[in-house]
Amino acid sequence: MSSARLLVIGWLFQLKMQWRDPFTGIFAVLYPMFFATVAFLMFRVHGGATSLLYAALGAGVMGIWACVSTTSGSAMQRERWHGTLEVLVASPSPFALILLPVTVAMSTIGLYCMVATLLWGRLAFGINFSVVHWGAFVAAVPATVVSIGCLGFLLAVTFVRYRTAWALGNMLEYPVWLICGFLVPLALLPGWVQPVSWVLAPTWGMNAIRQSALGGTPWPDLALCVGLGALYIAVGVLVLDRALAAARARASLSLT
Amino acid sequence: MAVIEAEDLKRTYKTSTGTIRRKTLEVEAVRGVSFEVGEGELFGLLGPNGAGKTTTIKMLITLLIPTSGFARVLGRDVVKEPREVRKRIGYVFGGERGVYERLSGLDNLRYFAELYGVPGREQRPRIDHLLDLVGLKGREQERVEGYSRGMKQRLHVARGLLHDPPVVFLDEPTIGLDPVGARELRALIASLTAAGKTVLLTTHYMFEADALCDRLAVIAQGQIVAEGTPESLKQLVADRTVVEIETYGVDAESVDRLRGIPGVASVWVEDRDQAQLVLVQSSRGLELTQTLLGHLDGVRVGRVAAREPTLEDAYVSLVGEGAD
Repeated sequence: MSSARLLVIGWLFQLKMQWRDPFTGIFAVLYPMFFATVAFLMFRVHGGATSLLYAALGAGVMGIWACVSTTSGSAMQRERWHGTLEVLVASPSPFALILLPVTVAMSTIGLYCMVATLLWGRLAFGINFSVVHWGAFVAAVPATVVSIGCLGFLLAVTFVRYRTAWALGNMLEYPVWLICGFLVPLALLPGWVQPVSWVLAPTWGMNAIRQSALGGTPWPDLALCVGLGALYIAVGVLVLDRALAAARARASLSLT
Repeated sequence: MAVIEAEDLKRTYKTSTGTIRRKTLEVEAVRGVSFEVGEGELFGLLGPNGAGKTTTIKMLITLLIPTSGFARVLGRDVVKEPREVRKRIGYVFGGERGVYERLSGLDNLRYFAELYGVPGREQRPRIDHLLDLVGLKGREQERVEGYSRGMKQRLHVARGLLHDPPVVFLDEPTIGLDPVGARELRALIASLTAAGKTVLLTTHYMFEADALCDRLAVIAQGQIVAEGTPESLKQLVADRTVVEIETYGVDAESVDRLRGIPGVASVWVEDRDQAQLVLVQSSRGLELTQTLLGHLDGVRVGRVAAREPTLEDAYVSLVGEGAD
């Protein structure tokens, strides 16, 4: 109970702080419209309401991933700059319960990207937003958000250990768009890329969202998405204690 | 039983230089520090910048793993039982970092109360009490970015006391504060031991150590060079006289000439705006003023005064000798 409470309070705290960050605000408002516009213009060439909705959903998940990949690294670096990383580590709470809400809050802000993308598609491009399986869609979107947050958590563990790893987050932003099939179907990618796609929860979350909106069988994809998210947490928790011990040994928790 | 125990603590940092031909350098920040702090005691770790005070405190609060040696807080090993140690200690450091500036003071305290396991029902009364104690009542809803340095420092103190820890570590808590703010904070620190807490304070302000500490250790270049009560440390220079000479443009060569005078124990130079204050410690009974002035030939000299040694002089002497 106290762990769940800590997670919820940490999540609300991080959400509140992120919304007050001008960078996050601009990021959240402008990026979805940018992603959506590029996607709609690309897919409009081949026409078809279905392909435009396919693009809209892909652009929405791109926004969620962009929020997590770029900000989870910078969030850890910001904690270092502000001297709060040491204060957090010095608290008796398990650090995983402190870190996980940071990245899940980032992906929650990314959820706004999904809504903004669909609205922008409707208003600027006249895309009709219709969903075949509403129940699955309502489950798939938050599950994808949380799973992407869990992937961000796994990345953040390395950001805690290595001071310069935050740059990795930025580097991962674009490859994941491709590898997870946000805009391009996975079948078009080389065969050797696909195993990488399979171990990334956003791949299955994207599939589940599309299958629930456009018609199909979203539940197996949704289960894989949630399962991988849980696996990321398990691996992250296992590695985190070692990462923290290494950071304490190498004095990398602070900048000085 | 000692509440804080440090035995032969050492800590080495590795740093690298160069881009292509990288060289790894090892810096010994703490070189075998040992001390004990008893229950309810206010123990000071006094030393200049870079002496190893913060590194020592970070090892004790589990943020750094010692290269060798061991430390215990309330009988718990800081390396093997970090979580148990963290439950029982509060940590406050000086400066403006360590708080979430975009949120209010109240948001900060609520979050940290949760992290420190303060039960939900106890949080609000506890936070209210601490806001009162540190003088932030009425300002808690404001964003921290609008706080003055002193207010942020008091917020740090409130954060460190949220879970009512029996042991409190204060790392240069008054650094950068205005005189009134620093005085208020010192009064607050004094009240902690009155409430039965054990306090370890690091500072490089002598008067602060003199006014607050029951016992203190002087640390220089990573080693403890003296330990005792402020009075006993003053006794180390009781047989000396201090001559203060205000100079304008004194150079290193002239200072070295002063050091060579028989009977001179130490020479220290403090910059004071345009002037430099040369502090010369010599054996009591020796009348060296004219000799000193004679060795400063060519240097413009202002006020000259002789006085009794203070704790600061003991510190200067110890740190100077430690540096040698």
